[in-house]
Amino acid sequence: MYPFTYHKASSIEQAQALLDVSNDSKLLAGGQTLIPTLKQHLASPGTLVDIGKIESLRFIRVEKANVVIGAATPHAQVANDKNLVQKIPALASLVGKIGDPHVRNVGTIGGSVANNDPAADYPAACLALGATIRTDKRSISADDFFTGLFETALVEQEIIVEVAFPVPALAAYEKFPNPASRYALVGVFVAQVEAGVRVAVTGAGANGVFRMTEMESALVNDWSADALEGILPSVDSLLSDLHGAADYRAHLINVMAKRAIAQTC
Amino acid sequence: MSGTGIGARIERTEDKRFITGNGRYTDDINLPGQVYACFVRSPHAHAKITDIDVKEALALEGVVKIFTGKDMEADGLGGLICGWMVTSKDGEPMKAGEHPPLASECVRYVGDCVAVVIGESREVARLGAEAVSVSYEELDAVVEPAQAQNQNAPKVHDGIDKNLCFHWQLGDKDATDAAFDKAAHVTRLDIVNNRLIPNAIEPRAALGDYNPGSGDYTLYTTSQNPHVERLVLSAFVGIAPEHKLRVVSPDVGGGFGSKIFVYAEETACLWAAGKIRRPVKWTAERSESFLADAHGRDHVTHAELALDSDGRFLALRAHTVANLGAYLSTFSSSVPTYLYGTLLSGQYDIGAIHVEVEGVYTHTAPVDAYRGAGRPEATFVVERLVECAARETNKDPVELRKKNFITKFPHQTPVILNYDIGDYNACINRAVEMIDYKGFDERRKGSQTKGKLRGIGFSTYIEACGLAPSSAAGSLGAGVGLWESAEVRVNPTGNVEVLTGAHSHGQGHETSFAQLVSERLTIPIEDITIVHGDTASVQFGMGTYGSRSAAVGMSAIDGALDKVIAKAKRIAAHILEVQPDDIELADAAFRIKGTNKFIPWGELALNAYTAHKFSTDEIEPGLKETTFYDPTNFTFPAGCHICELEVDTQTGCVEIVDYVAVDDFGTIINPMIVEGQVHGGILQGIGQALLENGIYDVESGQLVTGSYMDYTMPRAHDAPPLRLDFTKTPAPSNPLGIKGCGEAGAIAAPAAVLNALTSAIGHEGISMPATPAKVWRSIQT
Ligand SMILES: Cc1cc2nc3c(=O)[nH]c(=O)nc-3n(C[C@H](O)[C@H](O)[C@H](O)COP(=O)(O)OP(=O)(O)OC[C@H]3O[C@@H](n4cnc5c(N)ncnc54)[C@H](O)[C@@H]3O)c2cc1C
Repeated sequence: MYPFTYHKASSIEQAQALLDVSNDSKLLAGGQTLIPTLKQHLASPGTLVDIGKIESLRFIRVEKANVVIGAATPHAQVANDKNLVQKIPALASLVGKIGDPHVRNVGTIGGSVANNDPAADYPAACLALGATIRTDKRSISADDFFTGLFETALVEQEIIVEVAFPVPALAAYEKFPNPASRYALVGVFVAQVEAGVRVAVTGAGANGVFRMTEMESALVNDWSADALEGILPSVDSLLSDLHGAADYRAHLINVMAKRAIAQTC
Repeated sequence: MSGTGIGARIERTEDKRFITGNGRYTDDINLPGQVYACFVRSPHAHAKITDIDVKEALALEGVVKIFTGKDMEADGLGGLICGWMVTSKDGEPMKAGEHPPLASECVRYVGDCVAVVIGESREVARLGAEAVSVSYEELDAVVEPAQAQNQNAPKVHDGIDKNLCFHWQLGDKDATDAAFDKAAHVTRLDIVNNRLIPNAIEPRAALGDYNPGSGDYTLYTTSQNPHVERLVLSAFVGIAPEHKLRVVSPDVGGGFGSKIFVYAEETACLWAAGKIRRPVKWTAERSESFLADAHGRDHVTHAELALDSDGRFLALRAHTVANLGAYLSTFSSSVPTYLYGTLLSGQYDIGAIHVEVEGVYTHTAPVDAYRGAGRPEATFVVERLVECAARETNKDPVELRKKNFITKFPHQTPVILNYDIGDYNACINRAVEMIDYKGFDERRKGSQTKGKLRGIGFSTYIEACGLAPSSAAGSLGAGVGLWESAEVRVNPTGNVEVLTGAHSHGQGHETSFAQLVSERLTIPIEDITIVHGDTASVQFGMGTYGSRSAAVGMSAIDGALDKVIAKAKRIAAHILEVQPDDIELADAAFRIKGTNKFIPWGELALNAYTAHKFSTDEIEPGLKETTFYDPTNFTFPAGCHICELEVDTQTGCVEIVDYVAVDDFGTIINPMIVEGQVHGGILQGIGQALLENGIYDVESGQLVTGSYMDYTMPRAHDAPPLRLDFTKTPAPSNPLGIKGCGEAGAIAAPAAVLNALTSAIGHEGISMPATPAKVWRSIQT
């Protein structure tokens, strides 16, 4: 790693103040993405502001029709939270499939969502459930938040504080892990929420996580795996790499979507 | 002493230290004044070095020194060598391209070392390495052997036409062709044996030290064979004479072959320590391991099997192109030749065999021995051919194998080896029973109803292990002898130190070897220490690879134990005033046979050293004996592995639902350790079959699978249920009857898995690794 100054913040206000001190500072949460990047000399922030230990950012609470998760809540805590398991089991199970126990013990929802890795799992849940990402400055709907590969609507030094997930009537997530990395080669999250039927796909989009509106319309009339027969995204919009060409990913999206629906039936 | 002796399933004594974090690995060793090395590596697959500017790097605070290839050359250092001479079919010796530890003129693969930066800390050394500015003139690269063989392909080494290192052959071509002419059926297959990247848990590391007062060098490093390392670094590279160089290979976290070889990095650390007179340490980062550890396999083969109308195998022929990488590594020429071609008879009586192998240079990391080394490649060729032949001729794969098994021993194959013993029917019969072969059709139907394809595949493999005897190895081109040495030191207080030239880097020698000693000396295992891995204490050793440590290394210990027991009996006879023949050793005491007069073990040991009670004119004081043991033949472990799997046609995912292995390893010392070796080997074989692939980009020559994000290492969830059993025909070529078990799993499994997979999908058109994406594509119609 290149040398940097490390600060451990104990509140959001302190984190904001520390971020303001220099213009090459960066937030550190679980470090599961950032630390490897630093080790590989692929980033060289002068200052790291650690928000991973801020107690007020580590919680899961039910708030009316939402489950709200604090940005610094580690995956393991989310996956095993009794309220969440009851209210949105699909989300708890998604989080339980992220990485391995080490990663889940330290990696956080805020870091995952802010990073917007095209193969990450959380973005699929955010988009399909119509989550709201609440920052220290504003609230951003998931539809507006994920803007491209590793790109989000966050501006410099904006801090995610929490993510609010509407409790769905029905939801399920099916993940086809990349054989090597175990991130999603394809992950499909299906949900019936107040706003309607939503289907989000991660791991496969050339532009990151995306919604499969064609599947959504089919499912509105007929919530069944059969309704998805033959509905595939165009290969032009999909990633292609040594683990799976675009046509294979397109096919898997259909299979995973059907399996997700089957879980709920 | 049956509690801890031969055959006892006891826990590994070394594990306490490993699992409590008290292992002592190379990187755990720190010396006063130590500095750190970081290598400047080539970012290009092929380029001329036009300039190396170190000014900026040297100016960094904490950068101590920077060396380039020119500095090493100026010091008169030799290059890295390949210790096995292979002769082409036209009689020409193989063409070994020069391999300077630090490239000075030209870089030949991504990761090739160009300079070494030495700094006060790892971080500083790394910053220094980034600040070294190397000017390259990029050249076209070639990573595929088939393309490298084109007349106008870029040349890896000047003057080596078509990048051909050797074109080797083995067997009788005319007899083979004649047998093919008579064949009723010929099975033909094109086979790719994928490139594997070793991935030991502990990355390679080195710590070089120099004492200017005495002129002594010490190298601590992750070596499977420290004496060979010393021999190469002194006799060929020329850093220090052998008696002024000590090589210590402390605890080592896995090798799988990749730590047999003498690499650029430890060479540079040791040499640099002498230049700057400070200890120099380097520990590979995982990404360096991917780039610069010697890789394994990487063959492309066309193979054919000729059968008569009755299904008897008449002849086999194979043409293989082996990717050697950019340089010949320490033993790389032996792997696709003598460790491969000689195994092509499998377990079968085949009249004629002919194999040609072209060893080709490419702009990729060197390829050398990796668990199994040549034998997995041979087994894959033979067992895929046999399975396909059964399918093509509508014969049962088990019956076809049995019809062709060798049943009389010794058996001279057409490809050098003389199998001394085996019972192949015993293995396959037991394995077929364990997997319930009869019930397979029912199970297949059951899978169908779940929408899955089910397949079963066999692999009746053979391997030549215990690499030895020396004269045989020498006649095939080995630059070293392949005996093993041992020393047994009985201390005056009766406990025992056994020094072995074998090296344990995960195999559990400290337990297995002690079990032999416990059995033979009838003393508790707690009183025995196994010492290995230090040229200053072990007299000499050839190291551990080729499943040789038990067969050859333990046989050497056994020989030293014979001598110790004989001498101890002479001393006991003196004291008890009888003849040595009247003395027996049992229950840790030397007893006059048929009486209750005895000397306890400990008392005898003390007597040996006090030398009060026998004439030192007749018997030398002390109780310590050595041996150099050379066996009379290779050993031939063999067995039958059967894999049953299901394919999810929707996703292409393969799930191994049952896996049975019945192996004949001769005598087994510790069944638990042997089972562990088989489990690990099978998992590596499954890794090759379904998961792992070392891929270079054809255009740029960059390693595409350079991290775990893209290189699929088998994980716990990839381990299927494994059911093992053993049959036993003791090896006649060594006193213990041991054959060796370290590589069997990796040798047998790929063919078993691919045979099962092709049985499930109903065609042969799929290559390793059979990833879900590939399997899915192969079943699209
Ligand atoms: C071996 C391994 C396997 C993994 N497997 C998976 C997987 O299967 N699926 C999956 O989805 N992920 C996986 N991950 C990623 C994991 O989920 C990480 O936790 C996640 O990517 C980043 O979270 P973090 O808390 O570690 O963030 P960090 O690494 O600390 O930070 C990541 C980025 O987010 C920024 N950031 C962090 N917190 C905030 C915040 N509150 N507001 C604004 N910006 C913020 C940081 O500045 C940084 O740029 C894996 C990681 C590893 C190491």
